[in-house]
Parts: sequence; C-alpha cells; structure tokens
Amino acid sequence: MSFPLLTATAVLPALGAIATAAVPAARRVAAKWLALLVSLGTLALAAVTLARFDPDGARYQLTESHAWIPDFGVRYQLGVDGIGVALVALTALLMPFVILAGWHDADPHETGSRRWRPTQGFFALILAVEAMVIISFEATDVFLFYIFFEAMLIPMYFLIGGFGDRAHEHGDEAAATQRSYAAVKFLLYNLVGGLIMLAAVIGLYVVAGSFSLQEIVHARADGSLHMATSTERWLFLGFFFAFAVKAPLWPLHTWLPNAMGEATAPVAVLITAVVDKVGTFAMLRFCLQLFPEASKWATPAILVLALISIVYGALLAVGQRDIKRLVAYASISHFGFIILGIFAMTTQGQSGATLYMVNHGISTAALMLVAGFLISRRGSRLIADYGGVQKVAPVLAGTFLIGGLATLSLPGLAPFVSEFLVLVGTFTRYPVVGIIATFGIVLAALYTLVLYQRTMTGPVKAEVAEMPDLRVRELLVVAPLIALLIFLGVYPKPITDIVNPAVKQTMSDVQKKDPQPEVEAAK
Amino acid sequence: MSASAVHSLWTTAAEPISKIDAPKIEYAQLSPTLIVIGAAVVGVLIEAFVPRKSRYYAQVFVAVVALAAAFSAVVALAASGYGTTKAHIAAMGAIAVDGPALFLQGTILLAGILGVFTFAERRLDPQAHGNRVDAFAAQASAVPGSDTEKAAVKAGFTTTEVFPLLLFAISGMLVFPSANDLLTLFVALEVFSLPLYLLCAVARRKRLMSQEAAVKYFLLGAFASAFTLFGIALLYGYAGSVSYATIAHVVDGTITNVDPALAGTMGNDVLLLIGTALVVMGLLFKVGAVPFHMWTPDVYQGAPTPVTGFMAAATKVAAFGALLRLLYVVLPGLRWDWRPVMWAVAVVTMLGGAIVAITQTDIKRLLAYSSIAHAGFILAGVIATSPDGVSSVLFYLGAYSFVTIGAFAVVTLVRDAGGEATHLSKWAGLGRRSPLVAAVFAVFLLAFAGIPLTSGFAGKFAVFKAAAEGGAGALVVVGVISSAIAAFFYIRVIVLMFFSEPKPEGPTVAVPSPLTMTAIAAGVAVTLVLGVAPQYFLNLASQAGVFVR
Repeated sequence: MSFPLLTATAVLPALGAIATAAVPAARRVAAKWLALLVSLGTLALAAVTLARFDPDGARYQLTESHAWIPDFGVRYQLGVDGIGVALVALTALLMPFVILAGWHDADPHETGSRRWRPTQGFFALILAVEAMVIISFEATDVFLFYIFFEAMLIPMYFLIGGFGDRAHEHGDEAAATQRSYAAVKFLLYNLVGGLIMLAAVIGLYVVAGSFSLQEIVHARADGSLHMATSTERWLFLGFFFAFAVKAPLWPLHTWLPNAMGEATAPVAVLITAVVDKVGTFAMLRFCLQLFPEASKWATPAILVLALISIVYGALLAVGQRDIKRLVAYASISHFGFIILGIFAMTTQGQSGATLYMVNHGISTAALMLVAGFLISRRGSRLIADYGGVQKVAPVLAGTFLIGGLATLSLPGLAPFVSEFLVLVGTFTRYPVVGIIATFGIVLAALYTLVLYQRTMTGPVKAEVAEMPDLRVRELLVVAPLIALLIFLGVYPKPITDIVNPAVKQTMSDVQKKDPQPEVEAAK
Repeated sequence: MSASAVHSLWTTAAEPISKIDAPKIEYAQLSPTLIVIGAAVVGVLIEAFVPRKSRYYAQVFVAVVALAAAFSAVVALAASGYGTTKAHIAAMGAIAVDGPALFLQGTILLAGILGVFTFAERRLDPQAHGNRVDAFAAQASAVPGSDTEKAAVKAGFTTTEVFPLLLFAISGMLVFPSANDLLTLFVALEVFSLPLYLLCAVARRKRLMSQEAAVKYFLLGAFASAFTLFGIALLYGYAGSVSYATIAHVVDGTITNVDPALAGTMGNDVLLLIGTALVVMGLLFKVGAVPFHMWTPDVYQGAPTPVTGFMAAATKVAAFGALLRLLYVVLPGLRWDWRPVMWAVAVVTMLGGAIVAITQTDIKRLLAYSSIAHAGFILAGVIATSPDGVSSVLFYLGAYSFVTIGAFAVVTLVRDAGGEATHLSKWAGLGRRSPLVAAVFAVFLLAFAGIPLTSGFAGKFAVFKAAAEGGAGALVVVGVISSAIAAFFYIRVIVLMFFSEPKPEGPTVAVPSPLTMTAIAAGVAVTLVLGVAPQYFLNLASQAGVFVR
C-alpha cells in the first residue's frame, strides 16, 4: 500500500491542532510556532500531492478507500481531481499566512483562569478548520464529505465568536455582543443549510443505496440507477441550498458581512478564502455530477441569483462605511461570478470558476490581511477614520492598493484571468447574462478605488499621523501573496493545466458541450 | 355468559389442585434481573442491620458489584447466542430473552452503574457539621425546615435508602423491555415507577420543590398507569389472553382453539383499538412524548440532579424498549392503524420539545424539553417498522443515555451558595473560569444537537435513515427542521458559556470525587467513540434488532 498522502495532508493539521491545544498556558509563543510549523508541514505535503498529481491521468487520483461504517454504507474514500487538488493546495498555501497574520490576535489581555488559554485555542481551532476543509476537498464519499462540511462549523464558530479585533475589546461590551451575534448567525444559517442537506443525503441513500460519488455517477451513466425527475430535483435543491448558504449566494448571504465584520482579519480570510470555497467546490463536484438533469433544470434560476449576487453585492460594497464589511460584500459579488461560471456550463466558465476560487482566495487574503494590519493600528474599522495613510505608511498603502487592484481584476493580476474566462464562458451561452455581469466589474472598480482614495490619499488625519509602516512579520505575510498574484496573473498555465481536464470531465457528466461558434456560410 | 360457559369455568376450578404444574423458570437466563432484585433486597437488609456509619460504603459496594455482575450476565447471555439464535421466551411466556431485551438491559445496567456513581458523590455539597453529604435529604421523612430535619442534619444522617431504591427501579426497568405479556409489563412498570417517585422527593436542597416534583410525577404517573391497566383489561377482553403472542395471533386472525367463554367479545376491534391506544398512551407518558410530556420539565427540575440524569437516561431506554416490543411483536398487524397516530405524536413531540425549549431559562428544564425533542426523534425510528428501525432506535438509546447522564453530572458541578446554580444566567462566562468543564458540557450539547463526529449525529442519522427507508420521508424533513430549532438553544448555552463575560458573583465549579469524574469521562468517551467509529455498536444493535415472538 502506498503512503496515504491525502489522509496525511488532513491528519497532520488535525494532530497539530490537538498538540497546539495541549501546550501549557505559560508557553503561548511555543504554541504559535508549533501551529506555524504544522501549517508549513501541511503545505509541504500539499505540494507533494500537487507534484504527484498527473493532470492527464485518471479522474480521481491518489485514491484511498477503507470501510468505515458499513451499516450506513459509508466508506472512508478519498481522491482528488484537478479541481480538488488545486483547492487543497490553496488551503494549505494560505494557512501559514493566516497564522502569521494572526500572530498577536489572541494574546490574552486579561487575567482569566489559570487554565484559560485563548492563544492555544485560537491556533488549534485554525488548524482544526484547515484539517476539516482539506478532507472535504478530498472526500469522494458523500457522507464523509457531509460530516466534515458540518463539523467545520464548530471550530469556525468559536473562532468568530471568541476572538475579535483587539482594538474593540477593551471594555466594549457592545462589540462582544455583536460578535457573538455574528457567530450565532453564522452557525445557524449554515446549520440549517446543513440539516436540509442531511435530509437530502439520506434521501440520496434511499434512492441510490450508496454514498460513493463514483458509484452513483457510474450507475447513473450506465442507466442502472434511475432517478425520477421530481426526486432528483428535490435532492438537488437540498444539496444546493446548503452549498448556496455556504458560498454564499444571494439571498442567503446575510451572515457573511456580520461574520467577516466581527471576526479578526485572519479569521475573515479563513471564512471567505477557504471555508466558503467548500460551498462552490461542492456545487461543481456534487450538484453537477450527482444531479446533472436537475442542475440543467435549475440553471436559469441560479444564473439569475448569481447575477443578483454580483450586482447587489457590489452595490452594497459601494455603500459600506466599514472596511471589513466592504470586503465581505465584494466577496459576495465575487462568489456570484464563481457560481455564474459553474452554471454557465461551458468549459471556459467552469475553468474560470475554479481558477477564480484560487485567485479570489489569494487576492482577498492579501486585501483583507493588509486591511487587518491597518485596522489594528488605528483601532477602527470605519473608512471615515482614515485619510492620507500613504504619506505615513507607504508600504502598507502600496500593498493595500495591489490587493484592491487584484480585487477589481486589473489585467496583469491573477483574478483578471479568471474573471475574463468566466465572462467569456458565460457570454458564449448566455450573452445577456454575460453583459449584465460585466457591470459587476465596473462597480468593483468604484468600490475599491473609492476605498483607497478615502483611506490612503488626501490630507493626513491626526489619528493616523503616528502610524507605523508594515513590520517584518507583516511584510512576510503580504509579499509572497502579492508575488503570487502577479505570477498567476501573467502565467496562469500551471493551474489551468491541472484544472482543465477535470472540468472537461465534469462537463461530460452533465452531458453539456460548449456552444460552437456560428460562422456564417460564405455565399 | 352462557350457562355452559359458567359451568365449564366452575368445573375447571374444581379440578384437583395437583394438576397445576410447578412453573418452569430458566434462572440462568433471568439472572440479570434476579441479581439486581437480590441486591436490592440485600440493600434493604443493610439499612436494617448495618451500623449507620458504614451503610453508605456497604450500599455503594453492593450496588456497584450487583450491577456489574448483572451486566456480565447480560454479556454472557448475549455471547452464548441468546440475543440471536437462541432467543426464546422464558419464564412460562412472561419474559422474552432476545436481542433487543439484552441490548437494552445492558444499556440500562451501564446507565445504572454511572447512576450509582453520581448518587454516591459526596464532595460537591459543603460538609454539614463535619460530615460529608450527598445530594439527598438527611432524613426524607422530616418535614422541611422543621427541628427534626435540623437534628437529622446535625446528626449527619444521610438517605442511604436511595441505593436499594435505585436497584429496585433498575430491576423493573430490566423487566420492562423484555416483558412478554401485558401483566408482566404492568408489574414491571410499577416496580420501576414507584422507586423513581420516591427518589424524586428526597433532594437535600430545595426540598419543597423536590417534593412537589415527586407528587406531580406520582399523580400523573398513577393516572398513566391506570390508563395502561384499563387498556390491558380491554385487550384481554379482545384477545382472551394477556400473552403478546396470543394477542398477535388474534390481531392477525390466525388464532386456533378459541375459549368459548370469551368468544363473545373476542375479535371486537373496538376493544382492540381503545385498548391499544390506552396501553400505548401509558408508554408514551413514560417516554415523555407530547402530549403526555407535561410532567417532564417539573420533575426534571425538582428531582435531585443525579436522579434526573439516571431517570432521563434509563426510563427512556426501558420505555422505548417496551413500546418497540408492543408495536413490533403484538401489533404489527395493526400497523396501518397505529402508524398515522404515531406519526402525529412524533411530529408534535419533535417540534413541541424543540420550540418550547427555546424559552427556557433553567438548564435542567432546558434539558427536559430537549429530552422531549429527542423522544420525538426516536419515535421517528420506531415508526420505520423495519429491522433497521429497531436497531437504529437501540443505537440511539445507547448513545443518548450516556450523553444525558454525563450532561446532568456536569450540572451537579456548577454551584453557588444555594446549591446547584441551574439558572442559565449563572452559567455566563463559565468557559473562562473552568474551560475544561465548559468544554465537556459543550461536547454534550453538540451531541444533543447532532453535530457530526458525536454520537448524537450517528444516532440521528440512523433513525432518520430508517425512517426514510420506511417511507416516512416527511417525518425526516420535520426532524431536520426541529433539529435546526433545537440547535439554536444548545448553541445559546455555548454562547453563554464561552462568549459572555463571567459575572463577579457567578457560581464556582466544584471539584468532584473520582466517582462523578468517571461518570462524566465515560459520557465523553462514549460520545466521541460512537461519533467517530460507531460501526461496532451499530453491528451490535443490528444483530440485536430481532424480536422473538
């Protein structure tokens, strides 16, 4: 038996989480280093996975399969396709930066019980989320996926509710209340989505008699498993609802601004760049493959919702006065693009959507983490409290600008490629939808540039006059992310090469072909 | 009644007495119950003859040894095949020895051992006049607040009678799910109910509330028992027998050699339907299903917390066991009549428990309503009417009882000057003060909420899957909706513990003796093991899922 690489990628952070949690209260710093080392180790494992993955090989690679709960028909079944491996790599890549950016976010500032160890808890929870996210990208058993899809809510919930911006915490009961409100809202939205999915998961088992993704897909393809149209639609809706809450898609998006606004910047990155990707990933992997007919049936409605997400998210981002909430609404707009790309049912669209997931992860991480550094300096999330920062902290302002430009998909930076692919892919099948979606880009330029202008340019406000520039630790976080944004903006081939075969495979599962360009016959 | 029938009765009665054979009793197969009853009798003797100082130790010793021995007996019976191939009816048709019975007896005995541990806890309450005391009144017969009571406290009395009472209750519970005729069922019902009524009344603190709880429980329980008995009488009228097998035959219409004396009423569906309804009502009362749940919150709140924990776990196990046997063995032929009713009961139980729990401000009442919601989930599995349904209910009951005992054991730890601090507002910030206790309680709450990787999820999945396969898809949808509602109040407690600032005058967390610690640790361990690797226990439950007829 070969080395279970996929399991190891998920188990390492899980063990790291336990070890980090067990570090004694006095040795906080050791816990941080331990967490960082574990996340780097996971990154190394993910890199090996990526290297071992053969884009032109079998559909699912590095597969592992063991009996787990035969009574439920559940197997511990892992395997990655191009889409999965790209997202595992993204997750493993972002974690060291998240941990490094949150280095001081959980230092205890009050004397609690001797046993109260917030720092250890913070980093252990981050690693726990990493482990669960990775395994849900790898699971090819619907039940296994569901378990971790749901279970990751719990550490996420404690991260949102338990740790706020340090500047807000001192003596601010209201901030604590808002934070626990945001955490509860996050959990309830996702739990309701998850429970509805549970009903659908059980329904799928009753219909299909198996939880194995491949088995079900095969059985459907060769006709041995017949699903009544209405059954398929109901099951699809059950799955899609959960993923749409997670993604999030309008009108199920309202938890995201609360959660991202109240959580610390690294946790906000964890939510939007990593955890939410499970939702869009699952649409590609489970909704389209398990329920191809229902997916096609629901496409028009989903496209409309995605369009609303794009435009509505962008419009609300323009109106935000709070930096973190602005990024949250921008993310909603971007998730609209991802979902649009997935359900446009064209190769470019789905490749673009997968690429978008990766790029959005990196660009939002860059923007949000720099914003977090900014906020921790001034102690306020309000845009109006800033002004002229570029004169006192030019490096901070510069990196913030690059993050912002990536968010608005400036050509030359990574998100441009993916957004372009999504729009082209949509346009070839649904021209009108493509045209409307393009307005999202215009609005993105508006909210990003206005944000930059109000906070960074203009006269220097008295409160920011003493603001220090980025420190070495912070530069270590930002510089690699920006380098990646530029690299993937110029040369996205490494990712598209991995992703494309998987997307083609998915397209053939849904039995969709790209629309052929119509050439007017010469007379 | 015709003259000849009277004559036949009379002549039968006049037969020579020597023709009655001595009953044939399979002592080895009934040993779990017999051991526990024997130990309970020994416990009574200890009360009478052992000096007061050493009674506590003697009682705890006898109880633990007896329960452990009974559990070994159950395991031995199961290992020698009585759960599967050798399953049969023992004790002249009164007791079934089969998979479900042994599985549930094992669960009840384990819950009983943990129950004894929490009963025996003597480190939590502050010492009274230099004596370590437990959660039970110094002298249950002393009027609260009277001089007698003060004298009893001063003398360092403790109510060690709780241990024999507990053993009697357990013995009744062991018989209840294995009863194979209606009379045995009723006797077992009374044998386990009466000690529980008493146990509810003997709290050391808040004695009036405890007594009130006991009176409520007793009155409502007595009504429920009366209904059950009435139902049994009607079923006897219908079938001419109290034996499960005979009633089942009459329901199926496959009965031979009808007693001519009973031919007049026999097969009268009115008697059958009303009788069934009344008997099932009595069982639903014990289970705590809406609309027979009214006693649950008051009794759970008023009873001494160790009693609540034991009762919440073991009574449910026993009562669901009896309900399963009744519905699957006696009344499968009546399935089309009872299923719609049970559907309705399950729906209102799930939704009612979950919705009312939201407004609760007392942790014990909250757990009471949560137990009602859980009764609804289990009913969903009962309704499946398939072998999967039985095994899923068995699994759920096993998982649930450990979570429950553990959760109530944690409740006993959180204390302030007035004893246990059960008001939710006092739990604010517990996570900051005692992270470990709060984390353990959070694990139990997450299990109640059915979050994956806990036993609660595995159980919930099992019953919902069985229900969906049994064609009760709509019930599953109601189930997930009420799970979502229920999740709200479990999470609310977690929010309170971890995200609220601790209050300066808040409660402290007492450090328990190894006894309670064992109970809590066992609860956590089972919760996590059944959540991550439930296969072994699912196997056990599905092997045990066949009733003998």
